[in-house]
Amino acid sequence: MAVKKFVVGSFDDEAVLFPAVKKVRQAGYKIHDVYTPFPVHGLDHAMGLRETSLHTAGFIYAITGTTTALSFMSWVFTTDWPMNIGGKPHFPLPAFIPITFELTVLFSAVGMVMTFMYLCQMAPFVKKHIFHPRQTDDLFVMAIEVSEKTNAEEVKGFLSSVGAKEINEQTAEAGWWLGRFDREDKVFA
Amino acid sequence: MHLKYESTLREPLVDGVKDYHQVTEDIISPIEAKPGKLWYIGLFISILLLLFGVFSVFWEVYFGTGVWNLNKTIGWGWDITNFVWWVGIGHAGTLISAILLLFRQGWRTGVNRAAEAMTIFAVMCAGQFPIWHMGRVWMAFFVLPYPNTRGPLWVNFNSPLLWDVFAISTYFTVSLLFWYSGLLPDFATVRDRAKTKLRKMLYGVASFGWTGSTKHWQRHESLSLVLAGLSTPLVLSVHTIVSFDFATSVIPGWHTTIFPPYFVAGAIFSGFAMVQTLLIITRKILGLEDYITLGHIEAMNKVIVLTGSIVGVAYLTELFMAWYSGVQYEFDTFYKFRAAGPLGWSYWIMMTCNVISPQVFWFRKMRRNIMVTFIMSIIVNIGMWFERFVIICTSLYRDYLPSSWSYYRPSWPEVGFYLGTFGLFFTCYFLFAKYFPVIAVAEIKSILKTSGKNFKDKMDVYEEQSVEKFAHDNTAHH
Repeated sequence: MAVKKFVVGSFDDEAVLFPAVKKVRQAGYKIHDVYTPFPVHGLDHAMGLRETSLHTAGFIYAITGTTTALSFMSWVFTTDWPMNIGGKPHFPLPAFIPITFELTVLFSAVGMVMTFMYLCQMAPFVKKHIFHPRQTDDLFVMAIEVSEKTNAEEVKGFLSSVGAKEINEQTAEAGWWLGRFDREDKVFA
Repeated sequence: MHLKYESTLREPLVDGVKDYHQVTEDIISPIEAKPGKLWYIGLFISILLLLFGVFSVFWEVYFGTGVWNLNKTIGWGWDITNFVWWVGIGHAGTLISAILLLFRQGWRTGVNRAAEAMTIFAVMCAGQFPIWHMGRVWMAFFVLPYPNTRGPLWVNFNSPLLWDVFAISTYFTVSLLFWYSGLLPDFATVRDRAKTKLRKMLYGVASFGWTGSTKHWQRHESLSLVLAGLSTPLVLSVHTIVSFDFATSVIPGWHTTIFPPYFVAGAIFSGFAMVQTLLIITRKILGLEDYITLGHIEAMNKVIVLTGSIVGVAYLTELFMAWYSGVQYEFDTFYKFRAAGPLGWSYWIMMTCNVISPQVFWFRKMRRNIMVTFIMSIIVNIGMWFERFVIICTSLYRDYLPSSWSYYRPSWPEVGFYLGTFGLFFTCYFLFAKYFPVIAVAEIKSILKTSGKNFKDKMDVYEEQSVEKFAHDNTAHH
């Protein structure tokens, strides 16, 4: 992505955060993201994010698994190598149910996790900028993107008026890069 | 009339005075501290057991499965008993993390991480038994349906043993994904407060670059919910399929339709017992009594008495059906060779441990007694091991042909193999308890303000108000 300038405000209570998000959006500032130590329910709606479609993807992976299992087993037992097992039918649907079910679950779970990792851009050795080391501990950290046209001081003042505790300015890479968290990397945009 | 914020029966899930930072501190700091002497001793013993297991398995592979005391009559002995036992233990972890999530049971947050870890380690142990039982283990991959030069001759999709291959491997994969996706945010917490470079690096890699972004949390919530929804029928299917290994055969004592529910109940029963064994020690050593409270232990004991009683009903149903069906073979298996006969002692150990002794948990005092719970958890685990032994061996040792009737006791490589899986399990658990957050930090934080003790106490103010005043204060602005 690109290196951008942010004004960062930290909140120590989600009860203060909610009205703050609302006011910041009303004032027309662009919230880059809000980082929280745990899922704060309703925050996605307050920020105007759309619902995730991850579960729909999960459903599609699931029916792929169902179809794969059923069609493969049927093909093996009726077409490729029909075997006489104790005179039983070549297409014993009830006997296919357990494996069909297992593959449905397997495809759905693996597919969803991989989609999740892709969408969130997460993998081993992926590094992202951490705006505040306590955003995974006890702070709710709001990063507002500023351009040359925005007055950073004004944003800072606004953040403090809505209850942010620590406010600062940071220039950071907005996306991810390959790196290690024990090193201060020089990021080239 | 007084208001109640919530039922007085609802105990706090987090005791003590906590804020978000304190939660992090309590759960993460054991990772940062040097482990105690007990940890080293425990790990050392576990590794020794593991090595002994490796040696026993080596012996078995080198000389063949003949070194086990199995014979023509008793083809399955300790090996499959241990397999079913370990798989069953795994089930409690999935029950806690998936089914209780769907049922919105807040208390699961205190115990789910450790229980899921237990699931994964238990399934790892379970998987060893069918694999090494193959004898020519280098051909284990024959169970996979891959295009081959033998025809291609495919695997038999009608066989419950093959269903088991799919069930166990799916179960392991899905549990691992579920567990690890939950660990990501907590690894990020460890990473961001790490003081040493090595720790920052390792937990940075393990956290996959998690930041706590709202969008990511939204997807994470959706992922957890769907994985829970998938795991719920999955966990029921796994032990159902394990029970099919027996139920689809025509051996008296195995060929019954009651097996799937009976096995699932038994699995949850033994799994919760193992969770109790592990967590009672873990909470004590890591000082997590505020998060795994007596309330949590009591809740799990309630599950134990419920599932134990279901198992008890299943035992009685089996006995009834053996008589009521009028089938001579069934009758003899249950009344002459199970409840009596040379292996009859194992039946009565099973009955005592699984049906009679858990009844103490009808009493609240017993459910909340740590010592009683700990001893009971061991008794239940012994009982459930004997259940599998009884089902497998007492059905086999008296077959249709009296001249091949036999007796069974394990040889040392069988015992060594079993001890070895204990080594594997506890080595993994000791490493987990030291290097992983044993409680889901983020999940505890998300229930803290509704279920934490110090936050619940603040509700006293509202509870002392009159209904009229509360209604007036809270509706005035709308």
